[in-house]
Formats: sequence, structure tokens, C-alpha cells
Amino acid sequence: MVDTKTITVTVNNEEYTSTVNVRKNLIDYLREDLGLTGSHVGCEHGVCGACTLDMNGQTVRSCLILAVQADGMEITTIEGLPSEGIAEELKKSFAKNNALQCGYCTPGMLSSALEYLNNGGRANKEEIRRHISGNYCRCTGYQAIVEAIYDVAENGVSK
Amino acid sequence: MKSSAFQYELPEDLSSALKLLNSNDLDILPLAGGQSLMPMMNFRVAQPDILIDLNKIDSLKNITIEGDYVRIGSMVRYCELEQSEIIQKHFPLIIHVIPYIAHSAIRNRGTLGGSVSLADPAAEMPSVLITLNASIELSSSNSTRSVNAEDFFKGIFETVRKSNELVTSINIPVSSMPKKFGFYEVTRRHGDYAIAGAVVTSDNGQDNFNDTRVVLFAVSTKPMRVPKSEAALNGNNFNNQDSINEAIDAVTGNSFERDLHNDETTKETLAKVSLKRAIGGLNG
Ligand SMILES: Cc1cc2nc3c(=O)[nH]c(=O)nc-3n(C[C@H](O)[C@H](O)[C@H](O)COP(=O)(O)OP(=O)(O)OC[C@H]3O[C@@H](n4cnc5c(N)ncnc54)[C@H](O)[C@@H]3O)c2cc1C
Ligand code: FES
Ligand code: FES
Repeated sequence: MVDTKTITVTVNNEEYTSTVNVRKNLIDYLREDLGLTGSHVGCEHGVCGACTLDMNGQTVRSCLILAVQADGMEITTIEGLPSEGIAEELKKSFAKNNALQCGYCTPGMLSSALEYLNNGGRANKEEIRRHISGNYCRCTGYQAIVEAIYDVAENGVSK
Repeated sequence: MKSSAFQYELPEDLSSALKLLNSNDLDILPLAGGQSLMPMMNFRVAQPDILIDLNKIDSLKNITIEGDYVRIGSMVRYCELEQSEIIQKHFPLIIHVIPYIAHSAIRNRGTLGGSVSLADPAAEMPSVLITLNASIELSSSNSTRSVNAEDFFKGIFETVRKSNELVTSINIPVSSMPKKFGFYEVTRRHGDYAIAGAVVTSDNGQDNFNDTRVVLFAVSTKPMRVPKSEAALNGNNFNNQDSINEAIDAVTGNSFERDLHNDETTKETLAKVSLKRAIGGLNG
């Protein structure tokens, strides 16, 4: 028995209508059906944070949401992060602070960091650490990531 | 891993959901925030034939004041609880504890009804609800009943809920918000499930413990209320070290449950540490 359903999702400001297998996770739909491979899959049980992205203005684990549940929703993946404002500042700050090495955690990390800053998160390293506690990074040791987010929280958007 | 195949239902109202739940003897599971069920399905620990997604049922999403209690719909998410003015005003204990549950992305989806239905012994909310004297409302197609939180949890992932019932709301008397509360949990990392934890409440604005509740979590098969600790504290000053020590000693003798990494003795020790620190951090 293959149960399928037709959904309409807005991903990075573009509308897609697709028929999907109901058991398909959102992350697999984005990667396999839409070819948006920027979002990464790690653990598939909500622990590592690699698949974190924005759905209707909130971060979610896209490995714990079915594609059919995204029907009518607006998704922003790493590919859709704007090249201006806080998102751009954050990308620059990650590069400047060496806050990524292999980059596997980076899409989820940026999504969490962006939520922190958009919700008025302060330049406080303890609070930043707590907010990204759900995102694993196996390379950097986190220090550089915390610094990168801290810098943007402190300096805001330049110009 | 990926979940096995299932039939997906998305009812728009409660009565349709309850009818689906009733319909036959297949393995039918309700899906709330999915923050526990989806991992279980991805691991194939759960392999439902039919999944009933509750996310479109608006009547389960409200927080309302009804007479002398606050009614929290089972599909209210942690992030919504945290932002609710009603909860902020009446139950600062809930607001205080929510940040300890998982991480922001998980709190954006996870629901109070899901946590209650799952009955993970390490979860924070079941113990908090016991200290707040909450009751859990259960509905099936032909009846509705209400069960006190203390009687609701039966064991590891086990509650009194029958398979044709849904948790529809969590109801908390407004008057049951204690004047003082303390909370402490031992975790390896912020947001992880607790290794041990304690919630302490006292209903007195003065200097003495009164109507105290002590509930330990993550140390047994279900939330553990400790009447002997409560009795040791009641009537005594918040700073009376003798009665506090007596309350902590009274934790010994309860039955503790090991987990993968910690045996019963460790659990007992960490339960005492948690209780001591929860009492030490009493605020409100
Ligand atoms: C990485 C990670 C860390 C976590 N850390 C914590 C933590 O520290 N503390 C904590 O408490 N939780 C933690 N959780 C679990 C999280 O809080 C879950 O969201 C919660 O336990 C279940 O809520 P849910 O809405 O996601 O339920 P779901 O996962 O959708 O459902 C859970 C179970 O309850 C049943 N169910 C759901 N709603 C109803 C209903 N209304 N009536 C009847 N049955 C129902 C489902 O069929 C399923 O069996 C963590 C989860 C993850 C992924
Ligand atoms: S892949 Fe989703 S949290 Fe790890
Ligand atoms: S940069 Fe490699 S996991 Fe974070």
C-alpha cells in the first residue's frame, strides 16, 4: 500500500505542487524531490540539528515533519537565506570567525542562530550556547560559532 | 532510517478524529507534535497502520480560563505555552520549566498533550502537572472523563488512557499555583532529557513550608511523589536545615529505576542532589 497525497508548499518564495508518499519526511522531500540539498540529514531522530530549517517563521526539525504536513506552509532553507540584513551578516560572521569547517552542521546552525537573533537574542555567550545546544558540530568545538553569533548580536547589521 | 508505510488521516475536527480512532483494531496512532513519535517511527519502534494527524483540529489548540481553572488544549505547543499571557500570569512554574525541555526547534512543535500521552519518565511536564494538581481530560466517541495527573501516569510510556481515547485537555485549578516553587534537574547538556530531577512547591507566602509537594522525575518508571519528604518540610521554616535534611533523607527507601548509564544507587544519589538544590533554589 502506497498512500500518496498532493501538497502545495512555498519553498524559498517559490510555490511547488507535488504528489508525495505520505511517509516521506520533509527533509527528504526537499532534497530528493526539489533538489534542494543544502539542508543536511544526520540522525533522523531530532537530536543532531543538521536538518533544522525555518517553517512559517519558526525553526523546526525537518526530519521530524512529514512532507504532507508542510502543505500550505512557507519554508526557508539555506538556499533561500537572503543576501542582505541579519542573514547576510551572519554568513559573513561565520566565515570571518572560522565558524565552519566541513560545513555539515552549518545550514541548521545558521537557521537556529537566525531565530535567536530575529527574536531579539542578546550578545550573551551563555544564552547563545543554550540556544544552539540542539545543534551538533563535530568540527569546530563551538567556540567560533558562539563568537560568530555574538559578533552579530553585538554589532547588528553594518551600514 | 525511514518510517514504514502507513495510511495518513488529517481530520479537521475532534469527532472525526475520535471516530477514526474507534474504527477498527489496526494499530492506529495519533500524531501531535511528532517530536517523539516521528523518531520512534523513523527507528521503526512504532509502525502504525494508520496515523491520525491532530494538527488541523483547532478546538485542541486553545488556552482558556473556565471558571476557577485554566484549560490547556492538548495540541498547545511548548512555544505557545511559553508565550501565553494566561500561563505567564497564573503558572510561572510552567514558564520557568519550559526552557529545560529540549531545544527551541523541538519546543516549536512539541505539545503538552503529546508529553502527557507519551509519559516518558524523564519528562519534566508530568511532574510539574502533579505539583499543580492538574487533571487530564480524555475523550472517546461516546464519553469524556477526567483523571487526576497523579493517577494518570502508570509506568514507562504507560498511562490510563485507552486506545480509543484522546487526551483533549489539561486542566489546572488557578488556585493551585504555589506561592513558592523550586526546580532542579541533572542533565549532561542543556536541553537533554534529565538523568534526575525534582520539583518542589509550597503554598505559603509566609516563612514556613505548607501544603508542600515533592515530585522526583527521571529516577523511576513514572513521576515519584515523596509524601515523607513533604511531611518533613510542612510547618517548618524555609531555612530550617534539620527539616530540609530530613526531607532529603526521606528520599531513601523509594524504589529507583536504572537507565542505560546510571544504576539505582546513582539515581537515588542524584535524586537527593536534585531535591536539595530545588529546595535551595526556592523562589516565587
Ligand atoms: C532531541 C530531543 C530532545 C528532547 N528532550 C526532551 C526533554 O528534555 N524533556 C521532555 O519532556 N521532552 C523532550 N523531548 C520530547 C518532546 O518534548 C516531545 O515533543 C514530547 O514528549 C511529545 O510531544 P509531541 O507533541 O511531540 O507528541 P508526539 O511525538 O506526536 O506523540 C507522542 C505520543 O503520544 C501520543 N499522543 C500525542 N498526542 C496525543 C493525544 N492528544 N491523545 C492521545 N495520544 C496522543 C502519540 O500517539 C505518541 O505515542 C525531546 C525530543 C527530542 C527530539
Ligand atoms: S537529522 Fe534531523 S535532527 Fe538530526
Ligand atoms: S563544521 Fe563540521 S560539523 Fe560543524
